[in-house]
Amino acid sequence: MSDQPVLAPIYNELMAEFPQQIEIESRPGFKGVIVNSSALVDVVTYLHDKKGYDYLSNLTAVDDYPEDQLEVIYHLFKSTGGEIIEFKVFTKRDEPVVPSLYSIYRGADFQEREVWDMFGIKFAGHPDLRRLLLWEGFEGHPLRKDWKEPFYEEDIKPYKNRWPEGRGERIENRNPFKDNVQYPRDFDPKIYEPEADQSVYKLLQSQIPQDTGDLKVEQLVVNIGPQHPSTHGVFRMAAVLEGEKVLALKPVIGYLHRNHEKIGERNTFLQNMPYTDRLDYLSSMSNNFGYAITVEKLLGIQPPERAEFLRVMMAELTRIASHSMAIGFLLNDLGAFFTPSLYALEERELILDIFESVAGSRMMCNYFRFGGVVRDITEDDFNKVKYMVEERLPRKIDDLDRYLTENEIVKMRCQGVGVLTAEEAINYSASGPSLRASGVPYDIRKVDPYSIYDRLEFDVCYQNHGDVYDRYLVRLAEIRQSLRILKQVIKQIPDGPIQTGKVQYAVRVPPGEAYGRVEGPRGELGYYVVSDGKNNPKRYHVRSPSLMSTTSLEKMCVGGKIADAVTILGAVDVVLGEVDR
Amino acid sequence: MEANQDINRPGIEIPAELRQQVTITTLERIYNWGRSNSMWPMMFGLACCAIEMICTAASRYDFSRFGMEVMRPSPRQADVMIVAGTVTKKMLPPIVRLYNQMSVPKYVIAMGSCASGGGPFKEGYNVVPGIDTYIPVDVYIAGCPPTPQGLLNGLITLQNKVKNESMKEAGWYSKGKEVEVPIPVLGPDVFDPRKMDLIYEETHKPLEIPAEDAGTEGEPQ
Amino acid sequence: MNGLGLVKGLLLTFKHFFATYLVDIIGGKKSKARRGQITADGLFTIQYPEESVTIPEEFRVIPFLVYTLDEEGQRTYRCTACGICSKVCPTQCIWITRAKDPETGRPITESAEFYIDIDKCMNCGSCAEFCPFDAIKMDHDFHIATYERGETHIFPKEKLGKPLEYYATIRPVNYQAEEIARAAKAQARATT
Repeated sequence: MSDQPVLAPIYNELMAEFPQQIEIESRPGFKGVIVNSSALVDVVTYLHDKKGYDYLSNLTAVDDYPEDQLEVIYHLFKSTGGEIIEFKVFTKRDEPVVPSLYSIYRGADFQEREVWDMFGIKFAGHPDLRRLLLWEGFEGHPLRKDWKEPFYEEDIKPYKNRWPEGRGERIENRNPFKDNVQYPRDFDPKIYEPEADQSVYKLLQSQIPQDTGDLKVEQLVVNIGPQHPSTHGVFRMAAVLEGEKVLALKPVIGYLHRNHEKIGERNTFLQNMPYTDRLDYLSSMSNNFGYAITVEKLLGIQPPERAEFLRVMMAELTRIASHSMAIGFLLNDLGAFFTPSLYALEERELILDIFESVAGSRMMCNYFRFGGVVRDITEDDFNKVKYMVEERLPRKIDDLDRYLTENEIVKMRCQGVGVLTAEEAINYSASGPSLRASGVPYDIRKVDPYSIYDRLEFDVCYQNHGDVYDRYLVRLAEIRQSLRILKQVIKQIPDGPIQTGKVQYAVRVPPGEAYGRVEGPRGELGYYVVSDGKNNPKRYHVRSPSLMSTTSLEKMCVGGKIADAVTILGAVDVVLGEVDR
Repeated sequence: MEANQDINRPGIEIPAELRQQVTITTLERIYNWGRSNSMWPMMFGLACCAIEMICTAASRYDFSRFGMEVMRPSPRQADVMIVAGTVTKKMLPPIVRLYNQMSVPKYVIAMGSCASGGGPFKEGYNVVPGIDTYIPVDVYIAGCPPTPQGLLNGLITLQNKVKNESMKEAGWYSKGKEVEVPIPVLGPDVFDPRKMDLIYEETHKPLEIPAEDAGTEGEPQ
Repeated sequence: MNGLGLVKGLLLTFKHFFATYLVDIIGGKKSKARRGQITADGLFTIQYPEESVTIPEEFRVIPFLVYTLDEEGQRTYRCTACGICSKVCPTQCIWITRAKDPETGRPITESAEFYIDIDKCMNCGSCAEFCPFDAIKMDHDFHIATYERGETHIFPKEKLGKPLEYYATIRPVNYQAEEIARAAKAQARATT
């Protein structure tokens, strides 16, 4: 990267349109422009209305501690494909306010709430700026660099007390409460009154339509979750019901918030790799893929040919395993108790066997390295993949198709339920099968090809109704396309090395930023990594497709029946590890 | 240990001529045998480990072979709570509430590193370093995540524990032995009502060296 | 809306149900050997604990330290306390104390203490991957359920140690390759 980066034409247009408001990013390795906070809404409206940048992919923040500055970063795309536009807004640390984009992109809703939660940046104009992942009343904003958790040891790993004078001890022994807690000074637990979700209930009450008909029916507030068999994990939907009709619904998340990003900023770049496995635990290979290509962008390296093929092979196998499980569990939510999911799990088990043999673990593969993969596939495993792809899986997928697609009950329960139009899907930043089921043929493997996808033949599957049934059809079709990709991979995979250079455990990444994205089974999985030249990332953010899908959940569920809310959640197919991170 | 698991060997000699027709056991053994072979787990997953738990329930590993096929989503009907995954502070009050709602005899399995002791996410600010800080745990299964076979091994370990229990010592037939676990409260950080005094004491301690502690929320190092 | 799709679906489940047993009855032992494999078409269930799925060589649970026994039964660990594993460990669950020469007080290439907190270990295999001395390896033994946690889940060096022969049995291919590489290295050192 030279000192004077060549700007894409769109930036020049933008600067001509808003001459005083825009500055070019001058730090080496950083991209895009800096927009003046006061002009943000105008600039974004211009981009959205005039230039077709209708898809807000990612919104996050960076703490520039010890400088008195917080950055908010926006990554926009066109839903018709094309180049990224990225820009930043700077704000002061002690009183950070940035205008909200809620009115332009509804997809900004949860992302802005997350930034408020983690960094304490206020978004002026956001109608519901509550904490997203933590609870109201939590002390501090954890992703600020000067905020320290109770089990804080050092700023960066590796910790110094592990070697050469390491003593095996638990860190809780150093905490006065023998637990992972800390309290502000003068906190008195005896008189403390917890907020206890009052803000959620108040908000729900405020959203109930006043005039709901002549018949007076008692309204009921129901919490589905966090422990509920149909929420696929610790997800909670707080809903107001009138009879069976959903009047208002709010997803409440954060029950699996495992502080992925805070830990990720302390880890070295390589140490983050096994952590990414645990994001979307149904498709760890895809998570590895996204993180690897993002850091490779920063490092400027390319994996060798064979490694690329192995990567694609594993990612597509993951997609098959994940989609078939999604279909199985959608049927579970419909009440087809367990039979379809057992059929799906059977095939998933066999795919996991391959992962276990190649990568060492069924779910937490940790298979990718920067510039390659960790080990080559053996002849035996390759034959297994071949047998699965050419013989077994097509047969089983046909079975699943015959079993479910024409089934009248499935059709009745799914058609016309949870409809999201194309415009809404784009505006809510939905991605993956949810977006494509709404009639937007947007697949990152096609519009922004990474790895070797530009050389492989496959179709982008999409449907037009945007309901639950279409999401199911898209998933089924995508499994078939994945099989098609895998057949080509098996045929074309070359011999050769699987790693560029030697794998280093301490990778020194040049300063800069990178936003890499892959088409994971659940949609656009993006990683935003900022390096300041050290062994650890300065900022590590995951743009998780599941979180974006939950943004539109409210829209899909309100007005429908409560039983359909469960179906819709099943069709959106969230994985809580990724929603909450 | 081993001898106690055979239900029909109570240590009483059966006359040789009756050996093929009569078997003797103690009430305790047949009771425990029955209990250990009908442990109903709660359908309750938290994170990655839950997926492995589902796989254990599915056709390949199939824990219904051990009498566990009925996974109950309701805590009232469940015997075993498999804490499968990372316990976060936000999720802690519901978990403790679920535990309180389970009827005795109840057992808890901490599946995986996270539930046992915080796991890889232990250093995080929203993670509970082991569910045993709040509720009693019977069996710990290490591994991240434990494979389905690892979980089955843990369940068998739990069955062995159940088989060795004694009705006389067990708490669930005597009054007043079962104490409800107080539900943690989400304040500035989660707090256990049992530790209120300690918390008050720590947060109202006079600052020893104020210059050094400034900005770290008064947390003694 | 004629229910045909429903009937078709039911037929499929019936077929699945009967074929499963039929295949097993006709196939007999052969079919049983395929159980749980990719060619399985009969019953899919593996009767753990009587039988187990084939554990692949690369499977990893928690790490162990490789040692060899000398004639007197003394353990010689391969570990040189270089500290790389504790540095690469993503969860920082490895603690190493380097041993010191009792006379000079200088550190020697041997660990005095070695701890792994298995409640933090995420089984990622990084330690084994980056160990330059083939001293730490990932175990296959997943039978690690315990009634107690306490301090017993911080494994000390004695508990982590496993003999080289054990390693050779669980990972034969890797073991062979490593032994060849080690022999070549030793020879190269001898010639120079």
